[in-house]
Amino acid sequence: MILLFVSLFTFSANSNAKSITLGWAAWDPANALQELTKEFTAETGIDVNFEFVPWPNFADRMLNELNNKGKTFDLLIGDSQWIGAGAVYGHYVKLNDFFDKEGISMNDFSPATVYAYSTWPKGSENYYALPAMGDALAWAYRKDWFDRPELNSEFKKKHGYDLGVPANWNQLHDMCSFFQGREIDGQKRYGAAINTERGSEGITMGVTAAMYAWGMEYENPNKPYDMEGFFNSPQAVEAVEFYRKLYEDCAPPGHSDAYMVANLDAYKSGQVAFQMNWYAFWPGVSKEDSDGRVSGFFANPKQNVAAATLGGQGISVVKYSDKQDLALEYIKWFARPDIQQKWWDLGGYSCHNDVLNSPSFPTSTVYAQGFLDSMGIVKDFWQEPTFVELMLPMQEAIHDYVVNGKGTAKGALDKIIEEWVEVFEADGKL
Amino acid sequence: MSVKKKFKGLSDKAVAWLFIGPSVFLLLAINIYPLIYAIRMSFTNFYANKIGREPQFVGLKNYIKVLNKEAIWEKMQVTANFMFWTLLLQAVIGLGLALLLNRKFKGNELLTTLIVLPMMLSPAVVGVFWTYLYNPQVGLFNYVINFFHDFGSFDMIGSSVLAPWSIVIVDTWMWTPFTMLICLAGLRSVPNYLYEAAEVDRASKWQQFIYITLPSVLPFLLLALLFRGIENFKMFDMVVELTSGGPGSATELASINLKREAFEKWKTGYSSAFAVILFVTIFGFGNVYVKVMNKIKER
Repeated sequence: MILLFVSLFTFSANSNAKSITLGWAAWDPANALQELTKEFTAETGIDVNFEFVPWPNFADRMLNELNNKGKTFDLLIGDSQWIGAGAVYGHYVKLNDFFDKEGISMNDFSPATVYAYSTWPKGSENYYALPAMGDALAWAYRKDWFDRPELNSEFKKKHGYDLGVPANWNQLHDMCSFFQGREIDGQKRYGAAINTERGSEGITMGVTAAMYAWGMEYENPNKPYDMEGFFNSPQAVEAVEFYRKLYEDCAPPGHSDAYMVANLDAYKSGQVAFQMNWYAFWPGVSKEDSDGRVSGFFANPKQNVAAATLGGQGISVVKYSDKQDLALEYIKWFARPDIQQKWWDLGGYSCHNDVLNSPSFPTSTVYAQGFLDSMGIVKDFWQEPTFVELMLPMQEAIHDYVVNGKGTAKGALDKIIEEWVEVFEADGKL
Repeated sequence: MSVKKKFKGLSDKAVAWLFIGPSVFLLLAINIYPLIYAIRMSFTNFYANKIGREPQFVGLKNYIKVLNKEAIWEKMQVTANFMFWTLLLQAVIGLGLALLLNRKFKGNELLTTLIVLPMMLSPAVVGVFWTYLYNPQVGLFNYVINFFHDFGSFDMIGSSVLAPWSIVIVDTWMWTPFTMLICLAGLRSVPNYLYEAAEVDRASKWQQFIYITLPSVLPFLLLALLFRGIENFKMFDMVVELTSGGPGSATELASINLKREAFEKWKTGYSSAFAVILFVTIFGFGNVYVKVMNKIKER
């Protein structure tokens, strides 16, 4: 008994001394990272424990942990929008000195990802994270259906061009509505599984894919936080109206509160011709193509401009961790080009230039070129410390208009601006 | 000194305090202190996530803001609507089921057990599996409705007209057994001689129900509705899982909005004021209700 007690104590003491805990969302890339990290443990002898939280609870769980100065996590792969809060409220360790000391250069990473995942204030040279997982909202489609001559000829007869990767959102609508309610192989199919989720960030991430493509800006580039005429510009209004049209004409029945998993399910079960989702899921979708399903992938279509909704995360060291040195060692290891290449090979989306600029990269997978295209045109939601306060009114107003059919697009955007002004005023920005 | 001797020296009052002391301490620590703290916070501009920012006294500003916010009144309206329909349906169906089960027939006990099963489930689980039952493509609910009359494809939780009913239906399904059980206890406490005397006086079944059954069971029914009313005023988990408060804000109850303001937007001062207003509302209604209930009992 005494021996058991001593051995338990020893184990506990050892594990405390040489282990760190990494927090992230529970999804495919997290499993890939767990696999990759075995190499880190083998090299350094440092155990890495993982805590993966399902997406619907991810922000709540992690932000509560940070706000409570919790020590559960030493490393956190947090959403891009958290970087402002992480820096301003002192949750994340500033990494500049560490990068300088270890010779890690942000010039080695894709500029868009450095800007989005690492810097605060935006565009400054203050780094609070290393770009870890590049991501953007994109589209997957049923290439096997598109390749059927009878479907293509019927579509061409109606619209005057071939079924294929849509060149813009109007073509996307044409194609989605073409499949809506159509019987294929004895089953009723629908157009597109798009983001409509109400609770966290789903519908905002979806509708902004359209708004960015229409050329929406959040604020006056010359006058920060001046949103009138920008966020609710005629183009932005048109984009929101279009998104509602896409939902009404092309979404499968019951797709009124759907995000990542629901979109994947609708696609994998053969209900829809298109799904909107993050690049992070494409390795899994591609790998699981079976029963004749062949998936194609493409970047967010342009309308007035080429743009895509940014996803992805940077990896940060938590300020409240007692093991910052071990956590930094992990970041040093993760930043190595050879590790970044393995990260991509395992299904993670590396942001390292050596990986992205490699001649073989665009053809390494069917979605690699789309990823490259997307990362050059990404736009993100507010990354302010108050981003949750900014996100919630948008979720409510957009869901009310798109799914609930209440009011007008202009009314919804005006209402959002009204709430945002209140948030910025409370935060001393206005 | 023996234990017996030691306790012999304690007065009755001291022993009483010894027993109730831990409960009083826990009540003070877990209920009263947070309540007082929340009331204090409601007069400040405190944000729990803004570390290092000292809360400032803002007087009644938060209360005025809450009471003047149109969206808050919309949420209160949604809550009132939800409460009205759930309580009405649970009272009528619960009483009906209790009257049915108060009769002696074969399988009575088995049927009672089956009927009370829903209220033993976790509300969050109920919310999740009803999303599947309401699915327009594969859901059993839509299939059953269309079996009786073909309404075509309809989305219970995606339509602003149907979504409020979707949460009323689930809550009624889950909690009617509770009302039924309490009414059943009331029905079984009615002495038989009252019915025998009514028979002698040639009272019809309807008259027996109106003049004996209903007055006897009414205090029990009102008590059940008081419990359900308090619970539904703070309803959260089932609705969040089922609709997330959507579509838009069609099913966003006051409690869901409060959680979003307090623990997502972290507007601690503002949400404390909102919580105090909700507390005073339910406390006030509860008191009036209990007084009315006591008057009915006295009659």
